[in-house]
Amino acid sequence: MNEQVLVVFPHPDDEAFGVAGTILAHTQEGIPVTYVCLTLGDMGRNLGSPPFANRETLSDIRKTELDEACRQLGISDLRRFGIRDKMVEFTDQDVLAERIFDVIEDVNPSLVITFYPGYAVHPDHDAAGFAAVNAVKKLPKGERPTVYALAFKEGCEEVLGEPDVVRDVRPFAEQKLKVIEAHQSQTSGMIESMRNQLLGLEEDVKSHLTFERFWTYPVDEDD
Amino acid sequence: MQPIEPIEVQRRLDMLAGEPLYIHLETTNGAYASHRDSSFFSAGTFFRNAQLTFLHGKITGDGPFRIGFETELGWLYAEGLTDWTVDSEERLLMAGHDQEGKLAIALEFSRKPFPK
Repeated sequence: MNEQVLVVFPHPDDEAFGVAGTILAHTQEGIPVTYVCLTLGDMGRNLGSPPFANRETLSDIRKTELDEACRQLGISDLRRFGIRDKMVEFTDQDVLAERIFDVIEDVNPSLVITFYPGYAVHPDHDAAGFAAVNAVKKLPKGERPTVYALAFKEGCEEVLGEPDVVRDVRPFAEQKLKVIEAHQSQTSGMIESMRNQLLGLEEDVKSHLTFERFWTYPVDEDD
Repeated sequence: MQPIEPIEVQRRLDMLAGEPLYIHLETTNGAYASHRDSSFFSAGTFFRNAQLTFLHGKITGDGPFRIGFETELGWLYAEGLTDWTVDSEERLLMAGHDQEGKLAIALEFSRKPFPK
């Protein structure tokens, strides 16, 4: 089976913090990555530091930022679903899963990366994870791609156990930082601290910036 | 956006009275407020493209500012407003930014619907 990655996240910049190194590891090996980004991030509270965006200009600014992030990541297939930020859990869930399934049929991924439903803090994250998992489950058992799920809810390890996939992404630190920096309206106030963590100037070996952690989602288990 | 100049804003508000307007009103603590501090009770709201016609509106306070609008049937109120602009589509956009520049409240008026 040819390798192909499908990333499903709700917000421009979700691909930056906990996943960029893993995406880079794939694209640099020539493995194609398709990114379905569900919203335009248009309800973000961060507007730049100091603010340079407003509620009505934010969507266009974040479109440009995500284009640059994808360029840095080597992603050439970006698909924006255009759902209003914060409204993913309220949009028609069947339609959403069907739209993601259409992409699965189109690109035939061997690996899907999304949020772990129920353990991803932001309601949009959980809803994106639910929809992506439901889309994968439309395929017959045995034909479903591997799903790497991100979880960071307080206490999630007590329920899910330790993540079974931990990737040291320090070799991609500089590039990952460029991806984070591309989302200027969201990250301009915290770049220095992230740079120090990524480049190992601050001792924080557990940082999700340097070690990207995933739980393989049990896609073949019955609900 | 620029820091609110109440006299200028009042002039704009006076121009908006008596005609149907589309409103975006929003307050937010951010989606991570309770994640970062479990004792924090997070509440927020937004509605986009409600239509209202104002009898009159007024901006008050020394900054952050308050705005109240009276309609035939009720009121619209917002506090914590710090910045404003009138954009190229003649929409009156106001916002309240906290000490870190993050959005806490937005109140916007347009004669045409905002994009969904």
